[in-house]
Amino acid sequence: MSFFLVAFLVSTIAAATPLLLAAVGELVVEKVGVLNLGVEGMMLSGAIAGFATAHETGSVGLGVLAAIAAGMAMALLFGVISLSLQANQTATGLALTIFGRGFSALVGARYVGIPAPTLPKLHLGALSDLPVVGPVLFAQDPLVYLALVLLGLVAWGLRSTHLGLILRAVGDQHNAAHALGYPVLGIRYAAVVFGGALAGLAGGYMSLAYTPMWAQDMTAGRGWVAVALVTFAAWRPFWLLVGAWCFGALMYLSLYVQALGLPVPSALLSALPYIGTVVVLVLISRDARRIRLHRPAMLGQPFQTRG
Amino acid sequence: MTHPLPGPLLQMTGMTKQYPGCLANDAVNLTVERNQIHALLGENGAGKSTLVKMIYGVTRPDAGTVIWDGAKVTIANPHQAQRLGIGMVFQHFSLFETLTVAENIALGLGSAAERVGLRERILRISTEYGLPLEPDRVVHDLSVGERQRIEIVRCLLQNPKLLIMDEPTSVLTPNEAQALFGTLRRLAAEGCSILYISHKLEEVRALCSVATIMRQGRNVASCRPAEKTVRELAEIMIAADLSTPTPRPARVGTARPRLVLDRLTVRSPHQFGTDLKDISLSVAGGEILGIAGIAGNGQNELMDALSGEILAGRPETIWLDGQPAGHLGPRERRLAGGCFIPEERNGHGAVTTMTLAENALLSGFGQGGLVRFGLIDVGRTVAFAERIISRFDVRTSGAQAEARSLSGGNLQKFLVGREVLQDPGVLIINQPTWGVDAGAALAIHEAIMALARQGAAVLVISQDLDEVFVLADQVAVIAGGRLSAPVPTGSVTVEDMGRLMGGAAHAEV
Repeated sequence: MSFFLVAFLVSTIAAATPLLLAAVGELVVEKVGVLNLGVEGMMLSGAIAGFATAHETGSVGLGVLAAIAAGMAMALLFGVISLSLQANQTATGLALTIFGRGFSALVGARYVGIPAPTLPKLHLGALSDLPVVGPVLFAQDPLVYLALVLLGLVAWGLRSTHLGLILRAVGDQHNAAHALGYPVLGIRYAAVVFGGALAGLAGGYMSLAYTPMWAQDMTAGRGWVAVALVTFAAWRPFWLLVGAWCFGALMYLSLYVQALGLPVPSALLSALPYIGTVVVLVLISRDARRIRLHRPAMLGQPFQTRG
Repeated sequence: MTHPLPGPLLQMTGMTKQYPGCLANDAVNLTVERNQIHALLGENGAGKSTLVKMIYGVTRPDAGTVIWDGAKVTIANPHQAQRLGIGMVFQHFSLFETLTVAENIALGLGSAAERVGLRERILRISTEYGLPLEPDRVVHDLSVGERQRIEIVRCLLQNPKLLIMDEPTSVLTPNEAQALFGTLRRLAAEGCSILYISHKLEEVRALCSVATIMRQGRNVASCRPAEKTVRELAEIMIAADLSTPTPRPARVGTARPRLVLDRLTVRSPHQFGTDLKDISLSVAGGEILGIAGIAGNGQNELMDALSGEILAGRPETIWLDGQPAGHLGPRERRLAGGCFIPEERNGHGAVTTMTLAENALLSGFGQGGLVRFGLIDVGRTVAFAERIISRFDVRTSGAQAEARSLSGGNLQKFLVGREVLQDPGVLIINQPTWGVDAGAALAIHEAIMALARQGAAVLVISQDLDEVFVLADQVAVIAGGRLSAPVPTGSVTVEDMGRLMGGAAHAEV
């Protein structure tokens, strides 16, 4: 039983991490009023850039940095098209995802089925050897902890710092923020690039730690789940964690049930984490008033300096 | 400023701004002296807003020079304006709905040092200047009057040298307005000049030492308002002889009641809203009932309960033309003969990005033939909109103009016209002339009175006591969600009502 529990918890947390990273990034992006549907594309770009760099240089660290940089570059592209040139954000985001999938498949063609260095797990001596608690809490890889720290920082930053207040203000009423003298476009660019960095990192986590290899479309829609998480968590950071863990747990259970060989169609089981996460989050966040208070009113609306 | 430079604080010459299809400012000059309360007068659409937006750096001029504090400057953005010492209270508030009062104010302050002890300073300034505010409430739930207080307090916290106020008293009670005037006079004496935009000419006469009057994007006059009568000022503004509203013949006493509220009790859907308690009234055909009160005492809830945006529960609490309507939604109530004009023009009364014709259809769908077999008859809809435009002198490029292209007064005339032309049995209107110029206000008042003469029952909710007295046959005061018993207008004075509103409101708080 303890073995099952450890496996369940470890794999839940691991499966939740890329989702959490990408969702935290997207949360910040949406909080400033930008809807970037290109998360999936940015994750895939990060995944292949990280994998390829790690493979070529032999350094996982450089791989992680390359993943972040790839996500940022994609986000910058999104920014130029949707913020500066004011193309429709929904369409631009979709295009970014399509582009990211195709481009990563093209670049990744020669990396299929070969190994690369893997992100090591931390080992904290005696702590990591504790039963159950050790492997679950003290023997994960560094990005797992980084994701949680980032979540905490973003939650605190948005709620309690002046910078966070400015971000929320830009997402709530960009004309008023502009009238007060805040650089709306600059703030949006910064947030979009931050979101891209986290999406790229999430992709890098997929290809360097979660399943250390490259396969076409290896993120399997997690970018979309991250976007959905942000909405269904009603833009509240800690509910992202609930959603991500929920996804991780369902992911493990569906694999476990498949391994048991029960007569359930495997396609249904594979879909379970996606459907289940959305259903759970919808059920826990139905309060219309709360959604109204947290939803950035300018979400998806282009900002234009007039006059 | 310890050693103020000689010469005026602000001197603008030849300010010009061209918008597509409209020369908003044509070589406008404006000079504001130090320690001066300077009025900027003009009808809606005269170009006042454009001019002040150029001062505040929101809009860039096409031509013109600005001399601030003795030096030539180009004000590129609001941030720079603030650094120069220019503060502005907008007519349409630039507030963040989902943030709290304190957060909204913190955003307006530049440096971290200025934000130290902010809550306490907000409370101190708001009590000192008679502008009560609760720092932790979310703006979303606040009334227009409360929102304005945030804007004023926000500006005062920055110790500006020039404070621009766009229609500051349009939602204040007489007492609140008097308190504000005291504040403004004190600020002017302390060295902060005020640029005061208002349609209330009485106020301008009492408060301002100099007035610059604009019409159709140009300067037309500059004068000392105290030396002119209200009528003279208004005539310069609109360049026409004003006609006072025709007094209406005394109401026939026994007309059938067309709007009846029977102990209407409604819980407010807003967290900090005001619940309505036991509101009963009756308005007969041909009668106008005016409801006065300070902002945030249940006016919005009453309006929503009457229009059907909040359902009243039992059908028998609201009767429209003899039909129980408490359970009916807005559409059914319109089909039952009710017409409703909410306070907020943009986004509530009108969809700003739709054309006037489309907006006309939105509430005029019950009109003969606008919609047939589920299809819109574009020809008739446009004709309906054009009828409104010509009957109510709406200044616009036509029925295909977007609602947001109209100035506040013109859009309000259009919205009032849209409902009045549907010939409703019951008309309910909230703040009919908020932020509307004198000419438009007069037209709206006349339309309301004409409708009552034709036999409609009219309920007017307004924070402008003068307006209530001009329009209403009977008046009542709403305070803390309760309504006083309606009394004939002739039997009370403005001062009585003001005291009742203030006293009742304070008792409630």
